[in-house]
Amino acid sequence: MDWTQYLNPLMLGAWVTIELTIYSTVFGAILAFAAGIGKLAHNPLIKAISIGYIEIFRGTSLLVQLFWLYFALPVAGQAIGIDLRLPPVAAGVLALSLNIGAYGAEVVRGAIQSVSKEQYEAARALNFTPRQALWRVALPQAIPEMMPPFGNLAIQNLKDTALVSLISLSDLAFRAEQLRNFTQDSTTIYTLALLMYFGLALVLTAMMKLLERFVGRWRAGAR
Amino acid sequence: MLFGIAWDTSSGWAFAVSILPILLIGMWVTIQATVLGFFIALVVGLVWAALKAAPLKIISWPAAVVTEFLRDTPLLIQLFFLYYVLPEFGITLPAFMTGALALGLQYSAYTSEVYRAGIEAVAKGQHEAARALNLSGGRTFSHIILPQAIPRIVPAMGNYLVSIMKDVPLLSVVTVLEMLNVARIIGDRTFNYLVPLSLVGALYLIMTLVASAGVRLLDNWLPKQGIPLK
Repeated sequence: MDWTQYLNPLMLGAWVTIELTIYSTVFGAILAFAAGIGKLAHNPLIKAISIGYIEIFRGTSLLVQLFWLYFALPVAGQAIGIDLRLPPVAAGVLALSLNIGAYGAEVVRGAIQSVSKEQYEAARALNFTPRQALWRVALPQAIPEMMPPFGNLAIQNLKDTALVSLISLSDLAFRAEQLRNFTQDSTTIYTLALLMYFGLALVLTAMMKLLERFVGRWRAGAR
Repeated sequence: MLFGIAWDTSSGWAFAVSILPILLIGMWVTIQATVLGFFIALVVGLVWAALKAAPLKIISWPAAVVTEFLRDTPLLIQLFFLYYVLPEFGITLPAFMTGALALGLQYSAYTSEVYRAGIEAVAKGQHEAARALNLSGGRTFSHIILPQAIPRIVPAMGNYLVSIMKDVPLLSVVTVLEMLNVARIIGDRTFNYLVPLSLVGALYLIMTLVASAGVRLLDNWLPKQGIPLK
């Protein structure tokens, strides 16, 4: 079989990989902000929940989390009489976002803490409420600082989407495995798959660089 | 029954207690794969770092492209690539070795950056002072630069050790019987995935907490100014 014939099925898989990356990066970013800000909260309950979430999802393996959500959660649901069977897409996106969100939360926390004390004092002197100080003073300055690590996490997320092929989602990795079973032409197929992932990573890096430049104007002192 | 150890499905707790020794056998494989993968990553990463620092562009460029490629492609595909493609070229490795090699290669791209950053972080004045004292290039590197770079390199390497540990479950796809694979087999045979998979999660949490604590201890113990190599 000519290698060009592999391109079509692999492209179909690559599209699923792109969709999964977008969904889980967006949900992951939301979780990252929620848990990152939650970890700095004064409310002990919110703080404990955030720390627990971050530690559990950073401390265990993504594949364990994925299998737990896909295989173990339905059993747990059965025990308490709720149907918790997730379709593979939901389990995949959920596991990926929860995992990357926990890593992102530490980035968000670090960036918020790196905003200098004087900024908070100035906000207070101007009679800002703590919430206003967070949203209007701290976060706009912290977000540009988060972008380089977020870029790395987005790439990590793209690579991690390959794991969902193990719960039978037909992404790029799954299509490559399927083609290999069918044709036994492992060298060509896996080389193509690796190159496609590499291409996607380069595009994603470029997009994150653009986003970095866009939010760069929120930096203190920038116009 | 697995590895000659039977399980007791009379209750959830009895089941958990009876499968714990089986999971611990899997955990031992996980630890072995982590250590071997980490060792490969340390050695190969050093080679990449040296190649990338080469003054000749014809050497440094390909090394930079290869490490970027290793870093930006999924470990799972790299693993499949090694597992299915190497035998076509007459290299047949046991699944465990292929897995450790894949882990080591992926993380060598990361460790090469750690070496580079650690060496570059040593102040320029140190190079100049060594030169003023008429030390040769080799002696400057081994007696001045390296001792000061090590305390910067060790904590970052420790973080990658923990990351490698968390990536070992991927090896289950090439039939390595590490902890997650063992838990899945138990789940397949008893139709109870909840207990074994939750136990694996808890054991992972313990392993990463212990490993991170170890890295922190090592980091505190290392003298910040550098380690005399003599």
